[in-house]
Amino acid sequence: MSAQPTQNTAPNLVNIEVDGKPIQVPKGSMIIEATDRAGIPIPRFCYHRKLPIAASCRQCLVEVEMGGRPMPKPQPACATPVAEGMKVLTRSDKALHAQRNVMEFLLINHPLDCPICDQGGECELQDMALGYGRSVSRFTERKRTVTDENIGPLVATEMTRCIHCTRCVRFISEIAGTYEFGSMDRGDRHVIGTYIGKNVESELSGNIIDVCPVGALTDKPFQFKARAWELVAKPSIGYHDALGSNLWLHTRRGEVLRTVPRDNEAVNECWLSDRDRYSHQGMVAADRIGAPEVKRNGQWQATTWEDALQAAGEALKKVPGSELGILLHPATSNEEGDLLMRLARGLGSAHVDHRLRQLDFADHAVAQPFALPVTEVDQIRAALLVGSDLRHEMPLLNHRLHQAAKKGAKVYAVNPAHFDFNYKLAGEAVVAPQALVDALLALARAAVAAGAAAPAALAEAVAAAQYDQGDSDAIAALKQAASEQGKAVVILGEAAVTHPQASWLRAVARFVADATGAGYDELPVGANAVGLARLGVVPGNGGLDAQAMLAQPRKSYLLYGVEPPHDFADGGAALRALHGADQVVAFSAYASAALREVADVILPIALLPEIDATLVNVDGLAQGVAAGAKAPGQARPGWKVLRALGGALQLVGFEFDDLAGLRDGIAERAAMPRSGLAVRTAVNGLTRLATWPIYRSDAVLRRATALNAHPLNRAPAVRLNAAEAGRHGLAAGDQVRAADALLPLVIDAAVPDGTAWIEAAQDLTVTLPPYGAAITLGKA
Amino acid sequence: MNRVTGYFKSLLLVELFQGMGVTLRYLFKPKYTMRYPMEHIPKSNRFRGLHALRRYANGEERCIACKLCEAVCPALAITIDSAPRESDGQRRTTRYEIDLFKCIYCGFCEESCPVDSIVETSIHEYHFEHRGENVVNKQQLLAIGDRFEQQIAADRTQDAAYR
Repeated sequence: MSAQPTQNTAPNLVNIEVDGKPIQVPKGSMIIEATDRAGIPIPRFCYHRKLPIAASCRQCLVEVEMGGRPMPKPQPACATPVAEGMKVLTRSDKALHAQRNVMEFLLINHPLDCPICDQGGECELQDMALGYGRSVSRFTERKRTVTDENIGPLVATEMTRCIHCTRCVRFISEIAGTYEFGSMDRGDRHVIGTYIGKNVESELSGNIIDVCPVGALTDKPFQFKARAWELVAKPSIGYHDALGSNLWLHTRRGEVLRTVPRDNEAVNECWLSDRDRYSHQGMVAADRIGAPEVKRNGQWQATTWEDALQAAGEALKKVPGSELGILLHPATSNEEGDLLMRLARGLGSAHVDHRLRQLDFADHAVAQPFALPVTEVDQIRAALLVGSDLRHEMPLLNHRLHQAAKKGAKVYAVNPAHFDFNYKLAGEAVVAPQALVDALLALARAAVAAGAAAPAALAEAVAAAQYDQGDSDAIAALKQAASEQGKAVVILGEAAVTHPQASWLRAVARFVADATGAGYDELPVGANAVGLARLGVVPGNGGLDAQAMLAQPRKSYLLYGVEPPHDFADGGAALRALHGADQVVAFSAYASAALREVADVILPIALLPEIDATLVNVDGLAQGVAAGAKAPGQARPGWKVLRALGGALQLVGFEFDDLAGLRDGIAERAAMPRSGLAVRTAVNGLTRLATWPIYRSDAVLRRATALNAHPLNRAPAVRLNAAEAGRHGLAAGDQVRAADALLPLVIDAAVPDGTAWIEAAQDLTVTLPPYGAAITLGKA
Repeated sequence: MNRVTGYFKSLLLVELFQGMGVTLRYLFKPKYTMRYPMEHIPKSNRFRGLHALRRYANGEERCIACKLCEAVCPALAITIDSAPRESDGQRRTTRYEIDLFKCIYCGFCEESCPVDSIVETSIHEYHFEHRGENVVNKQQLLAIGDRFEQQIAADRTQDAAYR
C-alpha cells in the first residue's frame, strides 16, 4: 500500500514512507535528510549535512518506489529528492546488496593498515565495513599507493587511504573558501591534493580532519599519540576570540591531547577554527610555571604558597590604593574578574582595567554584545567592515559572512590595509591608519547626502568630508538590505577598536549603522571582554584606564594573566612603567623572561581549560565551563589564589567557601560608555599599522608550536608598498632600522601609502611606536 | 551378618593389610614426583608465562603501537605511550609497560596483536626482589624476546596450523 496523502499536511511538507514507516518531511529535502531526522540509519561517506551534495561514494543506495512502480536501479539517498507518496526501502535485499557491493569496491584500494592508522577506532569506514560490508575480502590483486603531500604543520596526510568522497575538497572550497584542494585524474588514478604541493593556508583547515571519514587526513600534532578509546572528552569553549566556540577537550590523564568541535548551531555550527583547535599545545611550554616564585635580592626562588601569598600581600599593602594599578587580560573569566574588583575595592584602588590593547579611551568604550546576532550574519544582504581583518580576528564569524557573500551579499570594507578575504568585496577603501576616520566620514557624508541627519558632535566633521560614488553605492546597498529586518550589518573590527582614534570610528560607524538601519556589531578584543564589561571591571571613580596607568606610572602593579609586553597596545610604555614600579605582583600561567625581569612575585594560575569559569561571548551568551585538564604542579585556579590572597589580607567579599558561594556574590555593574571623542591630531609621514597576528594574539597561542610553524604566522618584518619603499630608498630584503629594532623589509602591495605594516606580539617589534603613531625608517 | 563380618575384619586387621598392600605396590612402581628445580614437567607450546616483545629477523621491533593489547587487557596491566619515532617518523611506542602483579596471564594481548609482537613465553619461573620490579618496561620485554626468540618462534610454528 502506498502512502496516502493526509488531509492535514502543511503545504511545505510531503508524505513519504521509509521501511513501511510513514513520515512527513519538508519539500525539496533529500531522502537522507528525511531518514536522518527520523533516526533511520543509512550508510554514507560523501554526504555531510553542511556541505554541498556530491553523490560520489554511492554508499547510500536505497530502493525507491514511486506511485507503485519501483525505480529500475537503487538510488543514492543523498541526491534523491523526496516526493509525495514516495516509498523508500533502506534494508531491502536489493538495497543491502547494493550497499555491500559498493563497500567492496571502496575497500579494493583501501589499505588494511588500521593498526597504524590514527583514525582506527573512530573511523567511519571501519564502522560501515562492519555494518554493511562482507566479512572476507575477495580481492587478491595489488592495491594502489598514492604519493603523499606535505600540506603543512597542522594536518597529516596518508592519501593511500583516501576513498575520494571529496568532503575535504568541498569543505576547503565552499566553507573555507580558499580552493586549495582539488581532485585530479580519473578512475584508479584519481587523487586528492593541492595541485602544486603547497601548504594549506586556510584558517579553518583543521576541519578537514573531522570531515574526512577515513584516516587520510589526521591531526598532525596529535599524530600517533593516543587512541580514541583512551581519551576522555570534556566540554569546554575556545578562549582566543570572543565567539566562544564550543569544543571538546580530548584528555588523557589530565592532559589535553587534542581539541575537536562541539556542535552548537548558535555559535560555531560544527566547525572550529585552527586557532581554537591547536592552541592546546601552548598549555605545555618550557616556561609554564608550576610553583609560586618570589624574587629576593634579585634572585628567583621557588617557594610555598603561604610564603608567596604573604609576599604578595605585603607588596600590595606597601603603597596606598591610589598607587596600585590592576591590569587583567580580557580573556579572564567572570569569577576572577569579579574577585579582582573586590580586591581592588579592599585595597582602595580604582585603577582596574582589562582593555589592554585599546589606545583611545575618550568615550570610555567597553565591549558590547552584537546588535545583529552571530546566527543572523549568514543571512545578511550587505555588510560594512570597518578596520577588520575578520578572517584572522574571528575566523568563524568570517565564515558566516562568507556564506552570506556566496548568496550574493555585498560586503564593503574600510581598512588600513588590503586584508585577505575569502570572498570578493563589493567595494573597499584602503587608507593609511591616520586617514581611516576620514574614509569612514566619507561614508557618513554619503549617508547624510542620502537623507540622514548627523548627530551634533559629528555634524561638523561629516560636513567637511568628501565622498564619491563608491561611498554612495555602499550606503545605498546597506539601506536597501536593511529595509528587511536584520539583513545588513556594520562590523567594527580589531584594527578599528584598537585604533588611536577609535572613539571617532565607533561614533561614525554607529551613525552609519543608524542612518542605514543596519545592525552594529563591534568585535570585542579578548574572549571575555563582554563579560568583564558587564561586571564593570573597568576603572572606578577617578580611576585610570589601561593607557593612563602606564602613562602615569603607578608604584605597584598587579598583573593578572597578562604577558608583558605582548598583550599591551604599547609594549614599550608597558615595559617602562613596569620596570619603574616598586612592586609587581603577577598572576600568570607562564613565567616569560620579560615577566621575570619586571615582577617580584609570580603566582602560578591555571589556564581556562583547567578551571571552572564563565565567559560571555559576542552575543552576550554566558557559557560556563568545568575544568577539563589538570594544571601543572602547584598551579591553582585563579579564583582560589585570589580567595586565599583576599583572605590573608582580611578583605571584605572573600568569605565564600566554594565556587557556588563566589558566584552568588557576583553582581553586575555594567560599565557605561559615555560620549566623547578623541582630539584628532594629524600625523605626518609614515604611520605604523600594528595588527596582532592570528596565531600570536595571546600567551597560549604564542607557545603553540604547530600554529607558530604555520605560514599564516609571518616572520617579523616591515611591510611597505613598492612606491613607499622607493620614496624611502629601500628595496625588498633590506634590513631596516625602526626605532631600535632591525627588521627585514617586505614589499607588500596590500599596504597603502604612508603606512608601515609591522605586526605586533613579536619580540623584535616590542619597542616600536604603537598602532597609528609616526614611525621613521632608516637603512641599517 | 554385617556386624559379624565387620567384627572379623577388624580383628584380623584386613583393612590395614590392604592399605599396606597399596603402599607396597607403589614402592615398586615408577615415581611421579619431579625433583623440581632439577627436573621439569613437560609444558604445552601454548603455555602462557612471562611476556616478551619480539623483533623481526632484521632487528626491527615488531610493535607498531596500535594499542589493541592495552585495550583488550581485562586487568588493565598494560600501559602504552606512543609517538612518531624520531629517526623516521614511524608509529612506535615510547613506553610499553606490563604490571605483572595485575596480569592474569589470559593471553588476550597475544591474541589481539596484529604483528605477533607481544607474546607470552613458556617462562614461568621469575621473581622480584624489590618494590616496583613487577612493572616490566619495553627494554626488558625486548630483551626477553631477544633471548628466547628461538623457543618463542618454535612454539608459534608448532601452533600455526591451528590458528
